Amino acid sequence: MSKKNAVETAEENSKRKIKNDIIFIVALILIVALGTLCYFLFGREGDMVKVTIDGELFGEYSLSEDNVIEIRWGESFNILVIENGKARIESASCPDGICVSHRAISRSGESIICLPNKVVVSVSFSDEKNQPDIIA
Amino acid sequence: MEKNKKVKKLTFISICATVAILLSYVEVLLPPIFAAVPGIKIGLPNIAIIFVLYRFGIGEAVAVSFVRIVIISMLFGNPMVFAYSVAGAFLSLLIMTLLKKLDFFSKVGVSVAGGVSHNIGQILMAMLLLETAEIGYYMIVLTFTGIISGSLIGLCAAYLLKCLPMKKI
Repeated sequence: MSKKNAVETAEENSKRKIKNDIIFIVALILIVALGTLCYFLFGREGDMVKVTIDGELFGEYSLSEDNVIEIRWGESFNILVIENGKARIESASCPDGICVSHRAISRSGESIICLPNKVVVSVSFSDEKNQPDIIA
Repeated sequence: MEKNKKVKKLTFISICATVAILLSYVEVLLPPIFAAVPGIKIGLPNIAIIFVLYRFGIGEAVAVSFVRIVIISMLFGNPMVFAYSVAGAFLSLLIMTLLKKLDFFSKVGVSVAGGVSHNIGQILMAMLLLETAEIGYYMIVLTFTGIISGSLIGLCAAYLLKCLPMKKI
């Protein structure tokens, strides 16, 4: 009898855990959905790109005019192309080529990150530069 | 007899580490799932890690995870890869151990939490190394894919634990 009870409790226990799993996964999905919503609600088209290498500013370029920028740092390089208001990496010295295959960016906050070269290309607004950071 | 048991355990954990390394290698060979957003991985080695975590415990899981990261970084990566991997694995193992102790979720839930926290660990490391917060945007996509792959990996690990009974080891 007690053995049967033990089996039943184990079953109930696993059912409870599966229920918890589902709640957990749904909660995570909701967080993701909320994040995506915020991104599309508050994400605007930016008008400039900022290039940093290892956290240090390399340069800022306008998105409104077509441009080709060579980001060179020691032996590594990334070629940044600005075309039709979008920025992308044309070619790079990094071994994985992830930055090259990244799609073109134009929305504020979007970025292309080349981990091996420590290069970050991110879109921002020129008029927001001097505003205080309100995000705590 | 006692020594025999110890050797058996050591051998078994070593095999688990080998499997984890092989799964990492398989993952390196796989084409990127989604070229537009880099960094998405299935997390195949986590099958072995979760298996070891449930069968033996946290110490053994950390050992397997560490051996895997060292070997994979030496074979395919560089110190940067090592830093990212360690950050991800540390947070993921920490969260998975806590959740396992709490006994609140099944293996699938633990695996999902492990997958998502692995991504969070790597993003935090990237923020630290690159000194930029912009990479945080990746978290949205990575959490979503982490849920899917974490569930699948969790199901695989749960099935494996069921099919490999304790007595035979």
